Amino acid sequence: MRHLLSTAELSRDESILLLDTAAQMAATQSRQIKKLPTLRGRTVVNLFFEDSTRTRISFETAAKRLSADVINFSAKGSSVSKGESLKDTALTLHAMGADAVVVRHWASGAPYQLAHAGWLDAAVLNAGDGTHMHPTQALLDAFTIRRHLGGPDGGLRGGGTDDGVGADLAGLKVAIVGDVLHSRVARANVRLLHTLGAEVTLVSPPTLLPVGVETWPCRTSYDLDATLADRQPDAVMMLRVQRERMSGGAGGFFPSPLEYTRYYGLDARRLALLPEHAIVMHPGPMNRGLEISAEAADSERAVIVEQVANGVAVRMAALYLLLSGEEQPPAAPPVTQPGTQPGTVEGTPR
Amino acid sequence: MSTTYVLRGARPLGGEPADVVLADGVIAEIAAPGTAAVPAGAVEIEAAGHVLLPGLVDLHTHLREPGREDAETVASGTRAAAVGGFTAVHAMANTSPVADTAGVVEQVWRLGTQAGWADVHPVGAVTVGLDGERLAELGAMADSAARVRVFSDDGKCVHDPILMRRALEYVKAFDGVVAQHAQEPRLTEGAQMNEGVVSAEVGLAGWPAVAEEAIIARDVLLAEHVGSRLHVCHLSTAGSVEIVRWAKSRGIDVTAEVTPHHLILTDELARTYDPTYKVNPPLRTAKDVEAVREGLADGTIDIVATDHAPHTREDKDCEWGAAAFGMTGLETALSVVQQTMVDTGRLDWADVARVLSTTPARIGRIDDTQGRPVAAGEPANLALVDPSATRVVDGAAQATTSGNTPFRGHELPGRVVATFLRGRATVLDGAPTGSADAAAGGAR
Repeated sequence: MRHLLSTAELSRDESILLLDTAAQMAATQSRQIKKLPTLRGRTVVNLFFEDSTRTRISFETAAKRLSADVINFSAKGSSVSKGESLKDTALTLHAMGADAVVVRHWASGAPYQLAHAGWLDAAVLNAGDGTHMHPTQALLDAFTIRRHLGGPDGGLRGGGTDDGVGADLAGLKVAIVGDVLHSRVARANVRLLHTLGAEVTLVSPPTLLPVGVETWPCRTSYDLDATLADRQPDAVMMLRVQRERMSGGAGGFFPSPLEYTRYYGLDARRLALLPEHAIVMHPGPMNRGLEISAEAADSERAVIVEQVANGVAVRMAALYLLLSGEEQPPAAPPVTQPGTQPGTVEGTPR
Repeated sequence: MSTTYVLRGARPLGGEPADVVLADGVIAEIAAPGTAAVPAGAVEIEAAGHVLLPGLVDLHTHLREPGREDAETVASGTRAAAVGGFTAVHAMANTSPVADTAGVVEQVWRLGTQAGWADVHPVGAVTVGLDGERLAELGAMADSAARVRVFSDDGKCVHDPILMRRALEYVKAFDGVVAQHAQEPRLTEGAQMNEGVVSAEVGLAGWPAVAEEAIIARDVLLAEHVGSRLHVCHLSTAGSVEIVRWAKSRGIDVTAEVTPHHLILTDELARTYDPTYKVNPPLRTAKDVEAVREGLADGTIDIVATDHAPHTREDKDCEWGAAAFGMTGLETALSVVQQTMVDTGRLDWADVARVLSTTPARIGRIDDTQGRPVAAGEPANLALVDPSATRVVDGAAQATTSGNTPFRGHELPGRVVATFLRGRATVLDGAPTGSADAAAGGAR
């Protein structure tokens, strides 16, 4: 791996390597001295074009626990409106000798441009781009699911003690519920969980499922009750609902918060529909009372706080694998359409 | 005294070889090879195998002047046009200030005349400032020295139905036409690319086909109701082709254009996040590409127009979401039409002359001087094309000021060898002559 941009680019083996490495990292984090010398002398830049205190401090903690030097670079605003362009920022970081750039950006694809435009040669970790991808979130979610439910003995819930190391998620059923249209968490999870063998069902009001979702490797449903009762998912992942999605204007995706909660909120009644071993997840921050009730969020099935802890371990694993691995040639260009010119349509004689 | 040219063995509209003599601004003679009477001092051009077309006419060009001379000027844009084989362009109105008064359209027209690379016909804005609220002084622009006949808010849609109705009616007084940029604004708020499989994956806000088709459907019905003619800019979806086909079958006076890029490129390119491929309307799917080719082949789509949209590097060297919409096209249009339509057997060269010269000239009501037959006595507005040549597109080497060609690195067939504007060579050996500046009485 040269960069970590999208879970769609991760093979099954790479995904499992990341999770297994995260398990090793997690094991070190119960020690009194948590710091490892692994990345001493390396520089990690947290480049945040969008506020996200949680993700930033998670990456910062991960890098510091690996002894890397960490620089936080808050670069709000777009290249057009004000401030420095993405390109100039990248050239600046290159000149300063950054070894890894963790980038959070409001624009889908910005980390991709940083990795491929030739502006800098650091490893790029996508910490969330627009409505596209959030690979470390998906990895920490998969890690959490595997720890509780994975492996031959069924993980912690099955009485196992090995955290599911070495295993994938074959056969596990995961429901992802909420605003899929605008969710980089959902996109990242659908790809990764599929790669690891899990069966994903997206549950969402029709207005919040993207046109084109039919090609994704998952099921879709408009009915949360039916999904919980009939699919009996092993894990339920609730997505955060942005309050601005419900207003008028370009919003208006659902009539009211009350109606959303009525049909798509996870509450005690719906919790009772789940199998005994099922876990409840949320990427945070939660809107208690909207997509998840306090009873569900605080129930013993909820692993939401543990997800945060696992986030540090997963990000340590990603930084470690990207920065300590052997130099590898850059990944092949992304365009996959057959033909002499990508994205062009060949001549079709009559 | 103007230079006399003899084109040896050229094939008018791809037909039988002939010697074509250009003198005093007109086609003096078309004779069997070797039989033309060549005056002393004539310049002979070896044109065996080359196709001779009427000078191309672009109904949809952004020259950016006044206002964004850093992206393109009337002089640089029309030089690029000449290199692409064009002898006339229609300059879109979304300049700064907007071309919504007689003063601005006359300024653009005058700049074109001074530059001398191609005839510049300004397009007038339909509404003041392109704001979609009240009609600009269309009559004043029509009566100006620029003689405006095409009106468009291109870049924005005249979405208010009553305003569109009034515009369609009003321009009948001077035989004008409204060229609609069909984009329902509410359905495309924040939209970045075609809505479909690719947008769902790459997480860029979707631009549904229905946002284009709904406006076209409404407009053809309005045009029918008030008995006006309507021109549809840069149609891009299979559904739009169907609607125009239906409208024509009903006898509605509608014409439609497709851009070269919508004839060949698809939304798969958005996977690169390279803003070079960000354009309005967006690149669509392979199914849509096939539909617009079919529509162009069967005459549903009347013309190819470039929507040449130069942008500075800083407006493209950024995040996709922050980048400007548009791509250049004047210097690659003919090659793309050759590759997608001629080399595939769907159009012949006479058809190319129709879709890239004769019909756009007629829609723009400049067919008294442009888009004429290749015949003795006609104005010598001509493009000489070597269809057997190939070239690899190099954005930096193009005549346009801007580098946002989507065909950078592509090998394209065909090469414009020479372009003549009223008998004067604006391009020879594939390069701008430089004589245009001299002819105009000084460089700009």
